[in-house]
Amino acid sequence: MNQLWEAVLWCLDPAHWTGPSGIAARSLEHLGYTLLAVVIAAAIAVPIGWWVGHTGRGRGAAVALSGAARALPTLGVLTLTALLLGIGLAGPMTAFVILAVPSILAAAYAGFEAVDRRVIDAARAQGYTGAQVLWQIEVPLGLPVLVGGLRSAALQVVATATLAAYVGAGGLGRYLFLGLKTQDYAMMLGSSLLVVVLALVLDGVFALAGRAAVPRGVTVARRGVNA
Amino acid sequence: MISYRSVTKRFADGTVAVQDFSLDVPRGTLTVLAGSSGCGKTTLMRMVNRMVDPSSGQVLVDGEDVAGRDPVALRRRIGYVMQNSGLLPHRTVAQNIATVPRLNGVDRRAARRRTGEMMELVGLDAKLADRYPAQLSGGQQQRVGVARGLAADPDILLMDEPFGAVDPLVRSELQRQLRQLHGQIGTTILFVTHDMDEALALGDQIVLLRAGADIAQQGTPREFVAEPANDFVRTFLGLDRGQRTLHRERAADGSIVVVDAHGRPAGVLAEPDGRPDDGAHPGAAADGGPRPGIQDAPGA
Repeated sequence: MNQLWEAVLWCLDPAHWTGPSGIAARSLEHLGYTLLAVVIAAAIAVPIGWWVGHTGRGRGAAVALSGAARALPTLGVLTLTALLLGIGLAGPMTAFVILAVPSILAAAYAGFEAVDRRVIDAARAQGYTGAQVLWQIEVPLGLPVLVGGLRSAALQVVATATLAAYVGAGGLGRYLFLGLKTQDYAMMLGSSLLVVVLALVLDGVFALAGRAAVPRGVTVARRGVNA
Repeated sequence: MISYRSVTKRFADGTVAVQDFSLDVPRGTLTVLAGSSGCGKTTLMRMVNRMVDPSSGQVLVDGEDVAGRDPVALRRRIGYVMQNSGLLPHRTVAQNIATVPRLNGVDRRAARRRTGEMMELVGLDAKLADRYPAQLSGGQQQRVGVARGLAADPDILLMDEPFGAVDPLVRSELQRQLRQLHGQIGTTILFVTHDMDEALALGDQIVLLRAGADIAQQGTPREFVAEPANDFVRTFLGLDRGQRTLHRERAADGSIVVVDAHGRPAGVLAEPDGRPDDGAHPGAAADGGPRPGIQDAPGA
């Protein structure tokens, strides 16, 4: 309990917040890593997931790929990419992207699969083209599930981004590894607390985004007939 | 006019849904394709707008083979109403009805005006325009489905068991209004159902199908009831169970009650002068619709 208190005090000390390696800068760096990894992962996974969901093709491969990728040990991947790409951000960023892709990919096609087939059949029978079905029906109706996937990807990455410091990049992990070396346990625990707080904030933001992503006609359906 | 010319449909798994089927659906009629599930009736209907392409044979619309038409353009010219309405859940009633006009490039204002007309035509309160499908009752959703199917003023309307999922009272009201609507707009309607009562209530022409879309009988509702072609038709109509063999019986108050072979009352007999009498008149159905022939029961 005492150590926890010391960690909290370490976090709250204004002297630790300023400067290029202060908590404010490191938090922003950490958040930046996370968002960059999620954006890159989404740019890869969303088109593939939508293609799989829209055409129904390659589903087996997508399931196997995302399942297998989830089983990869992050630290191992990080070490490997760092060895391949050298010290700096490229290595950890690659590892984070690999980490984030499976949940986003799965969410992108699961969102499409959750759309009532009869709605799509009816739309095609009205004369919607494939692209119109995709952009006007599958994308908006599948969006809440996709945001859920982005949310879990972001949470995984924000926790793992701590390891960026392990191979010489920045982020809140800096304090963790510095504390480990100097046996400053308040600093170690404090940095962990900061990561937890950042994760909770991100989770809250994504929860709000997820709610905003639900189309109104679907929201009223959940609330009952006379909403 | 829709014509099927020796149409066969064999699915990838080898099942033959439709075998050498030919039929003419005259312009402006309401033709019912009836039969049990799996008889191929929906497959046949979906060939008209190329949701299904025949393995062999031709489907002609106004003399032109639909196989040569672009499916998307074709579908925008043919109305389609399905069971469970198939409305877009994230679009309002008005947006759903305006779907096809908007796809056809009609501007927003004109589409909105058209939506209003359509809602009136199918008996929907204008206040519902900005509601979402989930906020409507099943019957209202089906009305929206019909309005959507008719919004682009198509020559042909395909209806796939559109009233199958609503309760009986609403269903008979929707059937009555569809008959009325058909009289008003004269669109050629191809209607799929497994419910023979519905077929009798709606069809100008009924085509009853056996497995493989083999035509068991084709004719008017009156012909079906009066001259069933074979035992399959008799069974499908319930004639073999006495459901449509009606007799008159005198009730306690002197009026004439019409009962089926099991003595279940089917209705009362309305006489030309509007009051019950001794039952000497031949049975004249009140609304002029097709009615099963009424025989004198031995004991009546």
